[in-house]
Amino acid sequence: MTPAAKPSANPLRLRERIKLPRQPMPEQPAEERARNFTEVNLGYSAELARQEALRCLECEKPTCMDKCPVGVKVREFVRLIVAGDFLGAAAKIREDNVLPAITGRVCPQEDHCEGSCKLCKKGESLGIGYLERFVADYEQRMGTISLPTAPPTGKRVAVVGSGPSGLTVAGDLVQKGHKVRVFEALHELGGVLVYGIPEFRLPKDIVREQIDQLRTMGVEFETNVVVGKTVTIDELMEEEHYDAVFIGTGAGLPLFMNIPGEHLNGVYSANEFLTRINLMKAYQFPKYDQPVIDLRGKDAAVIGGGNTALDAIRSALRLGARRAYVIYRRSEAEMPARAEEVRHARQEGIEFRMLTGPIEFLSDGKGWLGGLRCMCMQLGEPDASGRRRPVPIPGSEFELPLSVAVIAIGTSANPVIQSTTTGLATDTRGYIQADTLTQRTSRKGVFAGGDIVTGTATVILAMAAGRRSAKSIHQYLTTGLW
Amino acid sequence: MFRIAHAEFIAPGIKRFEIEAPRIARKHQAGQFVILRLHDRGERIPLTIENSNPAGGTISIVVQSVGKTTHLLNALNTGDNILDVVGPLGKPSEIALFGNVVVVGGGVGVAMAYPTAAALKHAGNRVVSIIGARNRELVILEREMRQVSDELMITTDDGSYAEKGLVTDKLRQLLDNHTCIDLVLAVGPIPMMRAVAEITRKDRIRTIVSLNPIMIDGTGMCGGCRVLVDGRSQFACVDGPEFDGHLVDFAVLTQRNSTYREAENRSMEEFRQELEPSLAGIPDDAGCAQGGRR
Repeated sequence: MTPAAKPSANPLRLRERIKLPRQPMPEQPAEERARNFTEVNLGYSAELARQEALRCLECEKPTCMDKCPVGVKVREFVRLIVAGDFLGAAAKIREDNVLPAITGRVCPQEDHCEGSCKLCKKGESLGIGYLERFVADYEQRMGTISLPTAPPTGKRVAVVGSGPSGLTVAGDLVQKGHKVRVFEALHELGGVLVYGIPEFRLPKDIVREQIDQLRTMGVEFETNVVVGKTVTIDELMEEEHYDAVFIGTGAGLPLFMNIPGEHLNGVYSANEFLTRINLMKAYQFPKYDQPVIDLRGKDAAVIGGGNTALDAIRSALRLGARRAYVIYRRSEAEMPARAEEVRHARQEGIEFRMLTGPIEFLSDGKGWLGGLRCMCMQLGEPDASGRRRPVPIPGSEFELPLSVAVIAIGTSANPVIQSTTTGLATDTRGYIQADTLTQRTSRKGVFAGGDIVTGTATVILAMAAGRRSAKSIHQYLTTGLW
Repeated sequence: MFRIAHAEFIAPGIKRFEIEAPRIARKHQAGQFVILRLHDRGERIPLTIENSNPAGGTISIVVQSVGKTTHLLNALNTGDNILDVVGPLGKPSEIALFGNVVVVGGGVGVAMAYPTAAALKHAGNRVVSIIGARNRELVILEREMRQVSDELMITTDDGSYAEKGLVTDKLRQLLDNHTCIDLVLAVGPIPMMRAVAEITRKDRIRTIVSLNPIMIDGTGMCGGCRVLVDGRSQFACVDGPEFDGHLVDFAVLTQRNSTYREAENRSMEEFRQELEPSLAGIPDDAGCAQGGRR
């Protein structure tokens, strides 16, 4: 046993634990939720959480923790759940993760903690994400969080972007006694958590509460500031006297396919479609002013196979689409989306057209989208990403009638900050170069992390970069060494 | 919150606002715009900055009542607040010594052309300005444009003021008279900018237009403002809003700007019914002068 480990409160023997089935997540019935925007998963009750926690084998070498990008002490927090100390469990998570109510919902646990859980070999992994979500929600309901105790250092840090990486940096640094101000380009805080991920997967109240917690901890926020335009990094450092700057501006410009018909009305980028729906609440038009194309009775498709693609098409379904397709050029095995999202989407009636590549958006003759011409694909040799390359099958063209198509094939780097900051090195694709351990950029006092460094990734990987940055910013601020 | 330091109607349905936004005022350059949102259920709309006062920390915008949001905005007065204002967005106008410059402004486009005209004049260019409106009452910024122009021509559609006709008639006259023109800047409704580009195309006179596509975030994130320029997708918010008028596909711009026409009309109609008494008298066609700028 490691010194940190407390004696187990779990009365069950390992053999008994293995026999327990994974507690299913209570969810809204598929046919009901397919027509509303409220959250799909309803969350564990205290009883379900305790039942599930009892399954933990309390491994001596917890691989779940090693596999967690931010190093959440899974075994310890699950033990606290077994002991009935839910607030203690939340505080334990918070030592490594300032946004547990968010990661408990959107983290691809199967790629990290749950994927390495020993229980997988015997059946299903421990529901670590579900448990994390339970204690985080419990803590928010109780309204008690631990406040930072470190004395003020007098150092000031500017955080650019209020997405997962920026919020993590802010939360970690404010706890060390530094003064932190977060600048956000949009009118709402949260970055991709509010404009990208839909309400039915991550309620915006949850995001707001997590941000309010950071505010309570002393983090300051300023919305409507596009760093690089409204103020530059140089000005933040030289004129506003910030001692360090963290750049976490996230995913950039949406990629288009450069196939004919992309300018037809009804062809959206996923970012635009989701921003209208999530940030601007177009699903409540005309109560909210920003509209989205009326999808009732129309057919819609998304092109792509990631979480963003599924978020978009499931939103289209909820807006009343008659048929809703996922068009992906590889097979389901290569889809990068979270397993739970694929399962949920299928339950809701989303149709998966795998091994299908779009070649032309077809007009209805009046400037609007009428259909999509596609080709069937087969998988060839692996490409640079290690996934098998899709190869078109000659003569396999077909047309799919459609009114709305959403392109969710990724993003490229947004150049606004890079082009307005002196001495900030970028790679050939325009992403900011940062050390993989310290997240230091080529510019003294400037750190970067998340999608603006790596390209499109996940919430948890951005948070991990945020953690590393916070650690290294703290070191820089306290030692002055670069 | 952004306080309105001063607001006044400068023509029927057209209001000028001076807004306290020190960060934006400090960084603004001619040709850039802001995006604003009025209330917590409001849409985001882009509006070109007409002027800025870095010392006083204010920017000015000129707004024509067209849809629900601009009607709501124009109901605000000195001392009221605007919930969100972000900017300055977009690339600034290219300001250099071109020689002879013709600035063509239509409707409220005159307010958007004004800062660039002033900067071009300041850079030493000879500036000839042609401004137009439907009628006498809707001619705006005549005094300001005169100050920054070596020559100012005015047209009204109905002939109620200055010369009857279109701004493009005047431009064509200049060309017919073999006036030497090195650069044309056209800001106004899409049909006007398109017509200007057609007129200057055969003489290959460099022609800059300021586009007003549908836009949400204004930072390049959403791609909603994509326009077809020289056969390639460009984002008006980060690559523009100014583009080479000879390369812009105006048909695609017009078509894409019509995407939400039905929704916009519905929004406006419900709004009109909600506020019937105070809105009585707003003409149904108030929107026709400025295309997609809501």
